[in-house]
Amino acid sequence: MSAVTGVGLTPFGRLEGQDTLALMSRAATAALADAELERRDVDGLVCGYSTTLPHLMLSTVFAEHFGLAPRYAHAMQLGGATGFGLVMLAHALADAGTARRILVVAGENRLTGQSRDAAIQTLAQVGHPVYEVPLGPTIPAYYGLVASRYMHEFGATEADFAELAVLMRANAARMPGAHLTAPLTVADVLASKPIATPLKLADCCPVSDGAAAFVIEREEPGRDAIRIRGTGQAHRHQHVTAAGPVGAFGAAEAAGRALGAAGVALADIRYGAIYDSFTVTLAILLEELGLAPRGGAGRLAREGRFAPDGALPLNTHGGLLSYGHCGVAGAMAHAVEAVRQMRGEAGDRQVARPALALLHGDGGVLSSHVSLVLEATR
Amino acid sequence: MSPDLLDWTAGAERLVFEACGGCGRVRYFRRPFCPACGSQAVEARIASGRGTVYAATTVVRAPSAELRAFAPYGIALVDAAEGFRFMAHAADGLRIGDPVATAFRTFGSRLVPFCQPAGDP
Repeated sequence: MSAVTGVGLTPFGRLEGQDTLALMSRAATAALADAELERRDVDGLVCGYSTTLPHLMLSTVFAEHFGLAPRYAHAMQLGGATGFGLVMLAHALADAGTARRILVVAGENRLTGQSRDAAIQTLAQVGHPVYEVPLGPTIPAYYGLVASRYMHEFGATEADFAELAVLMRANAARMPGAHLTAPLTVADVLASKPIATPLKLADCCPVSDGAAAFVIEREEPGRDAIRIRGTGQAHRHQHVTAAGPVGAFGAAEAAGRALGAAGVALADIRYGAIYDSFTVTLAILLEELGLAPRGGAGRLAREGRFAPDGALPLNTHGGLLSYGHCGVAGAMAHAVEAVRQMRGEAGDRQVARPALALLHGDGGVLSSHVSLVLEATR
Repeated sequence: MSPDLLDWTAGAERLVFEACGGCGRVRYFRRPFCPACGSQAVEARIASGRGTVYAATTVVRAPSAELRAFAPYGIALVDAAEGFRFMAHAADGLRIGDPVATAFRTFGSRLVPFCQPAGDP
């Protein structure tokens, strides 16, 4: 078993003058302080990628920059699923005894380090270079296609999607460092400018600067910690043209593996940290994971189920949709918030302290899936 | 595989798919083997371009300055009559379930498949 013993998170948004390594260092410093460790204590380093610092060896670039000499280093590229993939890897490394104290870190100046066009074009390259990209799609277009089919099959509406954007914005308003905090209503979402139908601006996460980090250690008996109880992945397609039916993208498979490894039932989960690059992403994942009926995620949000005082608080920091999205660290912010809620350290955002949380991330176009089950041991 | 059978990705006004001589499965992304059964007996075939709209979006915010002049433009996933799925540009107003036929048009510096309601001239 392993445990998350430290977390670090920068504000997300426009952070002028800080490059990838500066942002990663900031989050890493915070996570080490939280874990009460020094640099020399770290013997494993796993990190993500940065679109503003593409490099063959980002983990060792960061190790040198920050001052680490790990016995294991590894940079992972799994799109939006990378953050939770890194936690799964660190868990496996700790479990295997490959390393004892592992720093997980990612960040980038995705907003201020490049033009908006450059960011949008880089991201669109997750599409097929021969059969999709020449048609001029964007990431919102790939998800717009999925959203159109999802609405057709399950009867959800644009107003249902809007409920999820409204919930994330309300959560972000209580979260220091959130990128988007201006009040948002369903009417505002519906009136926001179209990006790739049926998705509008307020259905899409912003592009942000930011970073996040964790320390993951082999669990020591008797120590209060946030334990990583189970992990699971599933990868069933890369490109939207090759994807299977809506609602069978692999999220349920990944979560089933994580819950199975944890020996935990879905009904015991009391907190959700679910990837929300677009409102439709969140709707489809909630439903495929079994946390909402098909087509019903927006309705449950409207009824308060996912509110901080509801049965299943969700992304109480505001998610990608409002805390912001800076790439790999985007989903890691979900995990930082889950840990804070489980420790009872979420300040005025604190919900009824959850003993068990389900985290789920996806990369590509609902392509790569990673699920984690976390447990508070006291 | 028939490497000489060019399709729109190489500038030819043609939609091509592959059929496996081993298991019979068809697919759109060409490669010199069948990813389902591993057979290398794959045959490239020219598709009719007929199909049904599976999903559709209208791109309002184009990805680059070069393509901005074309926006808004429709993109669809189409289930071809031959059993594979492909992405294409879509005529205004196409909806999920609509039968379509495929023509080709230039987009930026490229030729792309363009789906229109079946039966239109």
